[in-house]
Amino acid sequence: MSTKRLSALLPSPGLLALALIPLGFLTLFYFYPLFEIFKLSLFPGGRFAADGLRPLLEKTYYLRVLWFTIWQATVSTLGALALGLPAAYIFARYRFPGKSLFRALTTLPFVMPTVVVATAFTALLGPRGVLNEALMQAFGLDAPPIALQGTIWIILLAHIFYNTSVIIRMVGGFWANLDPRLGAAAATLGAGPWARFRHITAPLLLPAIIAASLLVFLFNFTSFGVILILGGPGFATLEVEIYRSAVRLFNLPVAAVLALVQMAFTLTLMAIYTRLQARLTTRLDFRPGEHTQKWPRTLGERIYVYGVLAILGVFLLSPLAALVWRSFSLGGEFGIQHYQNLFVNRTGSIFFVTPIEAVRNSLGFAAVTVLFSLLIGVSSAYLLAGNDRRKRGCLSSILDPIFMLPLGTSAVTLGFGYIVALDEPPLNLRTSLLIIPIAHTLIAFPFVLRALLPILRGMNPNLREAASSLGASPRRVLRHVDLPILARALVVGVIFAFTISMGEFGATLLISRPQFPTLPVAIYRFLGQPGLSNYGQALALSVILLLTTAVGFLAIENLRYGDIGEF
Amino acid sequence: MKKLTLPFILILLALFVISCSRAAPPESLTLVTHDSFDVSADVLQQFEKETGIKIELLKSGDAGEMLNTLILSKENPLGDVVYGIDNTFLSRAGDADLFVPYESPLLEDIPDALEMDRLHRLLPVDFGYVTLNYDVAWFAENGLEPPIDFKDLIEEPYRDLTVVENPASSSPGLAFLLATIGRFGIEGDYTYEDYWRDLKANGVMVADGWNEAYWGAFTVGSGGEGDRPIVVSYATSPVAEVYFNELDEPPTRSVNTPGNSFTQIEFVGILKGTGKENAARLLVDFLLSPTFQEDIPLHMFVYPANSTADAGELFEQWAEIPRDPVTVDPAQIAAHRETWIETWTDIMLR
Repeated sequence: MSTKRLSALLPSPGLLALALIPLGFLTLFYFYPLFEIFKLSLFPGGRFAADGLRPLLEKTYYLRVLWFTIWQATVSTLGALALGLPAAYIFARYRFPGKSLFRALTTLPFVMPTVVVATAFTALLGPRGVLNEALMQAFGLDAPPIALQGTIWIILLAHIFYNTSVIIRMVGGFWANLDPRLGAAAATLGAGPWARFRHITAPLLLPAIIAASLLVFLFNFTSFGVILILGGPGFATLEVEIYRSAVRLFNLPVAAVLALVQMAFTLTLMAIYTRLQARLTTRLDFRPGEHTQKWPRTLGERIYVYGVLAILGVFLLSPLAALVWRSFSLGGEFGIQHYQNLFVNRTGSIFFVTPIEAVRNSLGFAAVTVLFSLLIGVSSAYLLAGNDRRKRGCLSSILDPIFMLPLGTSAVTLGFGYIVALDEPPLNLRTSLLIIPIAHTLIAFPFVLRALLPILRGMNPNLREAASSLGASPRRVLRHVDLPILARALVVGVIFAFTISMGEFGATLLISRPQFPTLPVAIYRFLGQPGLSNYGQALALSVILLLTTAVGFLAIENLRYGDIGEF
Repeated sequence: MKKLTLPFILILLALFVISCSRAAPPESLTLVTHDSFDVSADVLQQFEKETGIKIELLKSGDAGEMLNTLILSKENPLGDVVYGIDNTFLSRAGDADLFVPYESPLLEDIPDALEMDRLHRLLPVDFGYVTLNYDVAWFAENGLEPPIDFKDLIEEPYRDLTVVENPASSSPGLAFLLATIGRFGIEGDYTYEDYWRDLKANGVMVADGWNEAYWGAFTVGSGGEGDRPIVVSYATSPVAEVYFNELDEPPTRSVNTPGNSFTQIEFVGILKGTGKENAARLLVDFLLSPTFQEDIPLHMFVYPANSTADAGELFEQWAEIPRDPVTVDPAQIAAHRETWIETWTDIMLR
């Protein structure tokens, strides 16, 4: 074999340097802590903990949990697709008044603490909720006709509520870049709308749809709060069982094995996905979004656009609206009393925090998370895309699953891992504030990666080559060819990184430094004690969390850079 | 885009790193607590002023999560003093050998009944009672007598009225399960298992934790959207209702009849390997002193352990101390916790 061919098989030095960023991060803050906690759990004192594992063998219960975890995640993902795809289409192809506001609103569910979402659902669907009261009045019923509490339906509804925005944004962002002239060409050749969708749009969209579905699936697969709080104690996912075993029953060996099962499943799924997507990618000429969108003109278009918006409104916005309403009306009088109370430290507590400080703390953590996620997400995306462009590189088929692994990993286990592993200088981070954005980044950077990858992989290399051959430096190629097309995907990634951090996703069981309470921490503090005014203040703070996040979205979406217009 | 925000973010990042790594002053102690811990700012400052010792607070989940964290970090402790291990975890904490003994002079003022660790590794700091709470107005409107006994809950008139917490995930839930175990026993004609089967047959609702039960299902807490007028909570919850809502009288009452409540005692202890044992002792003394103890009631809504500390007017008026609470030996709890929770789960959920 000639040296030339050999070097083609090996990754280039540039690629290796690129690989160091995400792999270094994952090694330090993911693999090392996990390794330590698994070692401690399964081999306490150097011997295999066979005794502790007995419950696993004796109870078929755990098999049922695994099955439940998989099927509820699948059904929830299909539900999110059913609601999200039609919406993604209108966000990608149409202009309509209040579009970016509406898009921001649909992403808001993502930040809401589960307890607060539960109260909003109760307000709407509970035994004395709006819907039941209305139905009872309309039909003269004695008992509430809809009893969703503690059923699988409320779990599925909540998962759809939380995750539809992932589909809307990830698929919508990709869709907006697809050149509509492809469809137009097919139409002149006599293809009807359905044929155009089936033979042109759907195959081109598939990489983005699968990427988004995968994220949603993993979120549902590791679902914790929704299951416990809305489903009630009758339901358990693997994540819930891991928590129960580790924290409540002190059985670390069982928790470790369940966590490993969870990871093995995630890896298998990702391996299948990686194989699939390699076959799906088609080289495309992308167009920046602003060239592909129009106002709905015909009656049919208008009915479709506004009809989908109305359905989204009912599903995603009514719980949020219920929350806002209750933050003003709780306790009988309509007014801003709960908001005013937020500024008063009635008990003289050392943990009192003004809403402004809590907003500042939340934004601070979110900014660091976004920065970390961009760094790691962008480098891992270029690493994977650059690698499979070389055809023979098998790096990406190994790395791609690994980059997604954190999303399918038990947060409880990782939290314990941090306590065991990150306890000595130079990595004495377990009580540090930095551990919070680090934990958020593990969940957030896959969003940046998944948003970028379909575009990077599909981008026609001729564009770059053409620019280079016309004398553009690599930097100019990046700036004038890559960036305009990647911009929308970057914004999508940043939005989710920001949101995950604002909602404190995946940070269960981290040790908190109460001097820097974020909005969700402050919300939980109010929920810890009886008294309707505490509840009212928790609702008021939740509305502030919604507002802060919405303003953050609008700010991110309206960032402009040089001549690259609206992202 | 990155260029624009990068300097701003880098500054933020630098600030964060600085605030994380800033070296603590030589005399400082880390107090590890559960999430429910609370104290007046000026009370803590008083300690810092008197002793020159600065207090760093760390919160580590609920009592169970905190104990786990402490056990996992045993080799390299998270802090110096721990607040909030309770009697349901006492044995486990003792077995894990996490604390150094300290016979504080203030133990003199603490009733013997609260002192459960004869080795003085864990010192009682506060206590409360888990018991049933009910919605006063609901029972008046519906012409039903409020419940006065666990056994009422399994009677027909009380069908679908009660919400309890899951003992596998909530500490009042576990306390309530222990109360039924202490009350009905684990063997005989009618055991706690029979009681729970009857409760289930009578439509008891199980919520995951106190938050979900009180705010989600209890008629008072949810502001009218829940439909359960009976909830498992604390004997002192009515005081919190009066205090936070500035009411003349609470919308709820607790059940205080003999044999229908469970005492929860919380402890403080000095962590092994602290290296600052003398300072840690000063802090423990302070936590047991009337200054801190009198601050407890209206912050954590439990009773001070120190009998010279005054719980205050509101407590006197609205928190009736339950008579003859049920007790279960901590060693029994440690030995059977897993089986009891599993049995309960099998009866109620699977």
